[in-house]
Amino acid sequence: MKILVGYKRVVDYNVRVQVRPDGSGVVTDGVKQSPNPFDEIALEEALRLRDKGVATEVVVVSIAPSDAQAHLRNALAMGANRAIHIVSDQPVQPLTVARTLLKLIEQEQPDLVILGKQAIDDDANQTGQMLATLWGRPQATFASKIDINGDKATVVREVDAGLETLEVELPAVVTTDLRLNEPRFIKLPDIMKAKSKPLQTITFADVAAEGGETLKITHYAPPPKRSRGVMVKDAAELVAALKQKGLL
Amino acid sequence: MTKVLIVAEHFEGKLNAATAKCVSAAQALQPDSIDIVVLGEDPASAAAEAARITGVTKVLTVANVANSPPIAQVLAPQVSQLASGYSHVFGPSTTFGKDLMPCVAALLGVSQVSDLMAVVDSHTFKRPIYAGNAIVTVEASAADVVVATVRTASWPEAARDGSATVEAVKVETALPTHTRFVGLTAGKSDRPDLQSARRVVSGGRGVGSKENFKIIFDFADRLGAAVGASRAAVDAGYCANEMQVGQTGKIISPELYVAIGISGAIQHLTGIKDAGTIVAINKDAEAPIFEIADIGLVGDLFKLLPELEAAL
Repeated sequence: MKILVGYKRVVDYNVRVQVRPDGSGVVTDGVKQSPNPFDEIALEEALRLRDKGVATEVVVVSIAPSDAQAHLRNALAMGANRAIHIVSDQPVQPLTVARTLLKLIEQEQPDLVILGKQAIDDDANQTGQMLATLWGRPQATFASKIDINGDKATVVREVDAGLETLEVELPAVVTTDLRLNEPRFIKLPDIMKAKSKPLQTITFADVAAEGGETLKITHYAPPPKRSRGVMVKDAAELVAALKQKGLL
Repeated sequence: MTKVLIVAEHFEGKLNAATAKCVSAAQALQPDSIDIVVLGEDPASAAAEAARITGVTKVLTVANVANSPPIAQVLAPQVSQLASGYSHVFGPSTTFGKDLMPCVAALLGVSQVSDLMAVVDSHTFKRPIYAGNAIVTVEASAADVVVATVRTASWPEAARDGSATVEAVKVETALPTHTRFVGLTAGKSDRPDLQSARRVVSGGRGVGSKENFKIIFDFADRLGAAVGASRAAVDAGYCANEMQVGQTGKIISPELYVAIGISGAIQHLTGIKDAGTIVAINKDAEAPIFEIADIGLVGDLFKLLPELEAAL
């Protein structure tokens, strides 16, 4: 079984993102970039399925600028068999990503595609669902547990009401939630090993699907700020303050 | 013509409050009409509720045994077919809507406006990115249908004094059979629902253990509040995941939010920014939660909570 994993590079989750004063974007120069945390979980899950003997090959794919080779080497060091770098210096919207991944799927014929449920930069939460739709295959989003049984996968999903279990026929698209697993740390020997693993580079134009972007971001603004309130000394003062606000 | 179609979320015959919030967002478009579609095995009672939401023109019902429980890939082709003639298709930014609406968008050939928080004009919207650390203005092409999920914390529920007509419709389209619903394990609770509660009490890592979390539940019960938790508390196994409040959990807007033993990581603050009044109780006076709290109290939660309960 072959697993394809989406692996996006984003501003590190510990960075407090700042909006440029002219509203043209967020400051990314000199800011630490890391793999999208949900994508690391996706890769970890694929590697565990390979460790268990369920999968034989794990292929990671990233649509990223030309300077993102180290990002893909990182995935190889974590354990992916090979990596595909689709070079695009422009940011791409979810529908375009889904269309591009579908083209890749036609070539790669994976049995399972695992993506993060959202990227922590645009927080769109769309790509997996769109890919499943365009591919005409099942989706199981927000997964916290994946079991493969033959040509089916049983996936536990984290939904607002609790935990939902779906059984989907393979191939399918699964998107990861936080509790699916804890990604492994990369060891130094693995970084050395990753240098000799195959990393294929494809120009975005070669796999770009028809149809352009449908949304345009015209302005970035910092969020409205909540200001610091008052400090109270003890429980009695807190209760009094709440009563004064009419909350009790 | 601005015509909005809203996909209703419902469960066991009851309409989810998020649907009425979608109606508020739709009203901000100053539309010519707002229709709601209820897909289910027996959509009648949820449809009757939807018909009472103020501002709704018509409620469409699609009765099909395949629509219950809802599976995104089953609902999407039906919704996209019904979308013809509409300028906007909205769903709630709940796990139901997040699962379904991008499928509808893909079938209609557009990217989705996720977490719509404000309407500038009929094709221009505001939405949060980077966990709410930036707000972007997004323009959709006037030639395309707009597909959006509505950020429920940003919109009030529309009132319920309407009387829209309910109309059963048939959708002729092939539905996939590749997905089977196995089951739903719901966290059974008599407490108010976290997403829609007026008061929420949340515990964080400072609570210290699963056993200790009882003190949070007890305090919440005293206030008649729903119970939430920080990601740290969920990760530590103190409570169930569906209680998580924050960027990767639930984004809520209660009148009163009480954060207990929560330091205030960015991703948690994202989930509570729209709360009316935020109260923080933490033993660390330097905790970032105090930077945004309306009322802060520094101290030991195990000493303070019993005192608070006594003073209430």
